[in-house]
Amino acid sequence: MKLYLKYASIILKSQMQYKASFFMTALGQFLVSFTAFLGVRFMFARFNAVSGFTFAEVLLCFSIILASFALAECFVRGFDTFPGIISNGEFDRIMVRPRNEILQVLSSRIEFSRLGRLLQALGMFAYALHESNVEWTFDKILTLILMLTGGFFVFAGLFVVYAGLCFFTLEGLEFMNIFTDGAREFGKFPFSIYGESVLKFLTYVIPLALFQYYPFLYLIGKSDNTLYMFLPLLGMLFVIPCLLFWRFGVRHYKSTGS
Amino acid sequence: MKKYLSFFIIRLTTGLQYRAAALAGISTQFAWGGMTLLMFRAFYQYSSSAFPMTFRELSSYIWLQQAFLALYMSWYFDNDIFDSITSGSIAYELCRPVDLYTMWFAKNAAVRMSRAVLRCMPILVIAAFLPEPFNVSLPASFLSGLLFLISMIMGFLVLVAFSMLIYITALYTLSPLGIRVVATSAIEFFTGAIIPLPFFPQSIRNIVHLLPFAYIQNTPFLIYNGYISGTEMYKSILLQAVWLLLLWASGKLLMKRALKKVIVQGG
Amino acid sequence: MIELKNINKTFKAARRNAGLSEAVKALFKKEYTYIHALNDVSFTINDGEMVGYIGPNGAGKSSTIKIMSGILTPDSGECIINGRTPWKDRIAHVREIGVVFGQRSQLWWDVPVADSFELIKEIYKVDNATFNKNLNELTELLDIGEIMRTPARQLSLGQRMRCEIAASLLHSPRILFLDEPTIGLDAVSKIAIRSFIKTINKERKTTVILTTHDMQDIEALTERILLIGRGKILLDGTLSQLKKKNSTRKTLSVDFLGKISEVSHGMSISKMMDGHAEIVVETDIISVSEALSIISNQVEISDLSVTGTTTEELVVSLYREFEI
Repeated sequence: MKLYLKYASIILKSQMQYKASFFMTALGQFLVSFTAFLGVRFMFARFNAVSGFTFAEVLLCFSIILASFALAECFVRGFDTFPGIISNGEFDRIMVRPRNEILQVLSSRIEFSRLGRLLQALGMFAYALHESNVEWTFDKILTLILMLTGGFFVFAGLFVVYAGLCFFTLEGLEFMNIFTDGAREFGKFPFSIYGESVLKFLTYVIPLALFQYYPFLYLIGKSDNTLYMFLPLLGMLFVIPCLLFWRFGVRHYKSTGS
Repeated sequence: MKKYLSFFIIRLTTGLQYRAAALAGISTQFAWGGMTLLMFRAFYQYSSSAFPMTFRELSSYIWLQQAFLALYMSWYFDNDIFDSITSGSIAYELCRPVDLYTMWFAKNAAVRMSRAVLRCMPILVIAAFLPEPFNVSLPASFLSGLLFLISMIMGFLVLVAFSMLIYITALYTLSPLGIRVVATSAIEFFTGAIIPLPFFPQSIRNIVHLLPFAYIQNTPFLIYNGYISGTEMYKSILLQAVWLLLLWASGKLLMKRALKKVIVQGG
Repeated sequence: MIELKNINKTFKAARRNAGLSEAVKALFKKEYTYIHALNDVSFTINDGEMVGYIGPNGAGKSSTIKIMSGILTPDSGECIINGRTPWKDRIAHVREIGVVFGQRSQLWWDVPVADSFELIKEIYKVDNATFNKNLNELTELLDIGEIMRTPARQLSLGQRMRCEIAASLLHSPRILFLDEPTIGLDAVSKIAIRSFIKTINKERKTTVILTTHDMQDIEALTERILLIGRGKILLDGTLSQLKKKNSTRKTLSVDFLGKISEVSHGMSISKMMDGHAEIVVETDIISVSEALSIISNQVEISDLSVTGTTTEELVVSLYREFEI
């Protein structure tokens, strides 16, 4: 942990050397999610609800998934940009240092500018908080926290799989986008609106619905099943196979020439 | 022209060599398009009367959008151009016997086209065989199909001409990142890449139609699916031409002025 | 102690042919080529040795270094370094080695070098006393005291390389791998780095394994040479042995008055100008003194020098001999 903070302070120092670029990137992150928000806003100007969810409820759902994605992207960025780490030889350096590779990859990149996205999520959350009639009792707050951490871990797991794939191929990785960027984009609506089969896939294969749809139903009072509240914990287990896959990949590491 | 053609073929060949990448790209776009349609279906089920077009028309729109994503993508900018401006190596480019505006324009267009060529056919073919109403239909009429092709090229040129303005602002400010970031978001949203323009509230739509954004991907796709029909089609294409001319002329003018400055600075 | 036994490593690479039609074909059928990067490589290096690892580009030098430093896992074979297998016991192993990749930086680009050193101290869990002792010693030996507060990106290549080497030694490793440490450096920096490596090897008894294309590095630093070509170890011996074996040729460089009209068997003129000639003598056919007397019988010699093969020539002749 102490080491991680050291890394973080060095990265922050480095990023602050390029202040203009930092703030512009943060602005970009903000704008991208802001236009996604506008899209939702415009749809609800035409339709009052979708699959039984109101605008405020959708915003709540959107802000939660966006916040967990932004946090994952900020702190697990090393795995998200892993092709770069492999191709510039940085991973060779990581391998000759006496620390766990995962910790080192995690701390090699921390993207503080992703806070731009987080800011947007907070804004939407504040608005949704005001509009939706969720009573913020203890269990609801706990659900919210579990959703955020569950989301963080599932996204982190997806980034790790993406990085693990780099050990085998540098081609074809674009497909993973559908689970990361796609999940963020389409996760603004509760996953049930996409139909039964999509929901099943996102429950049993890629457990995105475990931290988004089910606990969300509990959060907004559409379900009384307290089990739903703890499903994000189950979703977090997804990280384990992801990390195993990564370990398997490290064994296959080929390094680049020279 | 020949040198631009050979550049295009080289791009295409390199693109083809990455088989897995191409397949992955196509399946990603497929999943993306499919999810978008499923999202719209939910709204359609809630109220089909509030839907500004038929669902079949929307399906055609979404699949065309995915098929020609590379032509109209908002986030593509040629980093070499920005680098040559900020590092000052643009001075060397000026020594070459080519018109810089035309060269940048051709380069941008070539990259976008070579990417689109690889991907459009497989996506359209598979999307045609999807069950109704999720499939891409034939153009609304023979005339629509013909005008769609013209309009698609026009819209593409309007976008490239617009992005040229972003490169040119870099000549003035030297730190293009901010403008680039804002422009990317604006293009993405106002061209209808996030939700099609007919889904916008009318008041905002009226404003967007006064800007060049409405004449990029919106026009050709709506001509194809028959949302724009009759004389409206000619009118929209005419407006595309007007915008193209305007953006091209202002780009050329601004570039000329900026380059004079560059040369003066260079002593 | 480093021990490699029958190490093999193969890479698979997709074959890409030129042309649009070939590219279309490749869409449906892909061909692969197998590259045997290392083929049955074995050698032993003792503690405190300094070894030059040479061979042309693509011979397998980097792959060997990467296996020894725990980055790559070989397909088969055994590698024991200080009693451990690098790729199985990576973390314990790398604590005892230092690696310098000449073409890549391990310093954090945008922060002062001192900050990078601090972070490395944390990564290797070096205690304060050792760290300060090492830091003082290294700053003095490498003369980097004044650039410690400068961000790495503002350093010249020579300054940066000195910092890179210091960074690799902060945790007092027992083995130091240097992958082309003098690449692209100016003469002054090269000499400084060579003398530093010598000192470290002598005083700390650090084992040094050096890959380089610069034969002056080899000449100045290493006694023992390992030559690798096409993934195989071709030669393992000392520089002087090699030289002796290959030094049947001497070059006579003569300034003279008059005209050399004939040379005997075993002599050949490689350069002839007015009053100056360079003559190659095959010493197994004719001795140098005999050759000299043949020349002095014909002309008045005003100046003379005899040179053996340079390391550079030696390596070229080795590469030629093994056809690599």
